[in-house]
Amino acid sequence: MTDLLLSVKNLRVELSTRRETVHPVENVSFDLAQGETLGIVGESGCGKSMMLRTLIGLLPRGGRATGGQIVFQGTDLLSLNEKQLRDVRGRSIGMIFQEPMTALNPVMQVGEQIAEGPIAHLGFTKKAGRQRAVELMQQVGIPDAVRRLRAYPSELSGGMRQRVMIAMALACEPKLLLCDEPTTALDVTIQDQILKLLLELQASTGIGMIFVSHDLAVVSQICQNVAVMYAAQIVEIGSVASVLADPTHPYTLGLLRAVPDFDNVKSVLESIPGIPPSLADPPIGCRFRARCSFAQEDCAVGDFPLMLADGDHASACIHSDSCRAAAQADPIIGARAAR
Amino acid sequence: MAGLSSLPPPLTSDELQRGRGSRRVSPNLVAGSAILLVIIGLVLAAPLISSYSPTALNPLQALLGLSMHHLLGTDELGRDEWTRLLYGGRVDLEIAFLAVLASFVLGTAIGCLAGYFGGWVDVLVMRVVDVILAFPFFVLVIALVFILGPGTKSIYIAIIATDWVSYTWIIRREIVAMKKHEFVLAAAALGYKHTRIMLRHLIPNCITQAIVYSMSDVVFTILTIVTLGFLGLGVPPPTAEWGSMMSDGQQFITTHWELATFPGIIVVITGIGLSLFGDGIADLLRVE
Repeated sequence: MTDLLLSVKNLRVELSTRRETVHPVENVSFDLAQGETLGIVGESGCGKSMMLRTLIGLLPRGGRATGGQIVFQGTDLLSLNEKQLRDVRGRSIGMIFQEPMTALNPVMQVGEQIAEGPIAHLGFTKKAGRQRAVELMQQVGIPDAVRRLRAYPSELSGGMRQRVMIAMALACEPKLLLCDEPTTALDVTIQDQILKLLLELQASTGIGMIFVSHDLAVVSQICQNVAVMYAAQIVEIGSVASVLADPTHPYTLGLLRAVPDFDNVKSVLESIPGIPPSLADPPIGCRFRARCSFAQEDCAVGDFPLMLADGDHASACIHSDSCRAAAQADPIIGARAAR
Repeated sequence: MAGLSSLPPPLTSDELQRGRGSRRVSPNLVAGSAILLVIIGLVLAAPLISSYSPTALNPLQALLGLSMHHLLGTDELGRDEWTRLLYGGRVDLEIAFLAVLASFVLGTAIGCLAGYFGGWVDVLVMRVVDVILAFPFFVLVIALVFILGPGTKSIYIAIIATDWVSYTWIIRREIVAMKKHEFVLAAAALGYKHTRIMLRHLIPNCITQAIVYSMSDVVFTILTIVTLGFLGLGVPPPTAEWGSMMSDGQQFITTHWELATFPGIIVVITGIGLSLFGDGIADLLRVE
C-alpha cells in the first residue's frame, strides 16, 4: 500500500463510568488507502461507533485511548492536543451521523450550517460561504439549492437532510470521511440514492471512507474491504469479496446466515444463539466461544490475534478451516463463492 | 404560453409543510404591543404633551384636584400630577429594561458556561445561584440598597446582583439537556471551537425560555423599583417616580385620592401590557 491514508495500530480504548470500566475497543489494527472504503460491521454495542469517535478524539466523558497509534497522513492523532485535533476535525476528516434529524441544528438554516465549516476553518467570508454552500448542495443532489439555503432542517425530508449532512462533512474537502451508519435511519430507496451519491463523490474526489454499518448488503455494495467486529475486537478482515464469499470466522458465517434469502425462503430465520459477552468482564480465550458451534477446548485459553488466511484476508479463529468448510457447504454462501 | 416560464415553480410538498403561517401573531401580542407602545410613546413625548415641569415647586398651586388645567390635579408641592406621571415612567421603565437586559446577558453567559463545561465550574456557580435564590428576593434587594445608599446606581446594582441567577438557572438547565443532542457532537466533529458551539448552536436553541421569562421579569422589576420608591429607598427626590408618588400621595388619600391612585393604575396597566406581550412572544417563538 503505497498511498496509505490512515493506519490504526493496536488501538485500545477505555471507558470509565461510575459503576464500571469497559474496553469498547481492544487491539484494533487496520490500514486504509487513499480512495478506499473500509466497511466495519458488527452488532450494536460491539464498539464500532466508539472506534470511529476515537479516530477524531471525540470520546464521551470518561473515555480515553490507552494504547496504540492512529497515524493519519503521517501524524499520530493520539499525540495531538485539543487545538491541533480541532484543525483536523472537519478540515481533514469529515463525519456523517446516523440520524440526520438530530444531527442538524434545528434552529439554523441549512445553508448557514453548510457554510459554517468553510467560514470557521478556511476563513471564507459570509458571501463566499453561501456560494460554497450552493455548490455543495448541487454536488450532493439537492434540487433548487439557492432557495433551499434558507430552509430549516424540519422543512426537509430525511433523504434531503442526510444530503445536507454529507455536504457539511465535505465542505472543507477532507481526505477522510467517517460514516456512522449513515443510511440506517432511511428507507431503502433513499438508502440506495445516498449510497450511490457517496460512491459518486468518492469517484470524483478520491476521498477515503470508513463506513460503519450493521447491514452486510450495504457494505458489500459500497466497500472494497470489510472488518468484522465482535466484542471490541476485529475478528476478521479482508476484501469484501473474500470475506463475504469465503468467511473464515464463525461469527462472520453466523452474520451471513442470518441474512434472509428471498430465493430460498426458510420457515425460520437463522440467528446466532446467545448474547454477546459483557465488555466490563470479557471471557478469557476466544470471545465468541460461548456462541460458536465450532468451539473446542483450545478456544478457552490464550489470545486470538488476527492471522492471515490467504492474501490480505485475516481471521482470528484458530479453527478457520472447519468454518470455511461449513461455509462452502452452505447452499447460499457456497454458491456465492462459486460465482 | 411563453409567459408561464417566468412564473416561480409551484410549491413542493416540502414547502407546503413548512407552515410559515403557523407562526401566528396572537391577539395577546397585538394587545400587549399596543398598550406598551402607547405608554412608551406618552412617556417619551412627555415634554411635548405637558408644558409643566415635573420638579419645579409651586406651593401656591398645591392640591388643586382634577381640572382642565391640571388633568389629574397637583400634589402637595404644587407639581402637576399628570406631568409627573409621564416623567416618572421614564425613570421606572428605563431602570427596569436596562437592569433586566443586563441580568439577562450576564445570567445567560454564566448559565451557558456552567452547563456546557460542567464539572466544578458548574457546581460552584449553581451553589451561588442556590444561595441567592434561597433568600427572599425583597429582603436581599432592600438590604443591598440600604448598604449601598439610595440612588439609581444602587438600584441597578441590587437588581442585577439578585436577578441574574434566574437566567443562569433557566439557561443552564436547557444547555445541559441540549448538549446531549447529536448536533452538538456533530458540531464538535466539524472542528468548531467551544465558543462557536455555544454561541451559534446551543444558545439559539435555549434562549426562547429566557426571553419569555424576561418579559414577566420586567413587570416584576418595575414593581421592585416602585416598592423601593414606596419604602423611601428609591430614586431620590425631587425626581418623579411612580413608587414615591404613591408613597407621597397616600397621606392625602382621604381628600385627594387621585395622587396615590393614578400612579397605581398606570403600574397595573404597564404590567398587563408587558404580560400580554410576553405571552404573545412565547406563542411566536414556540418551536413547532
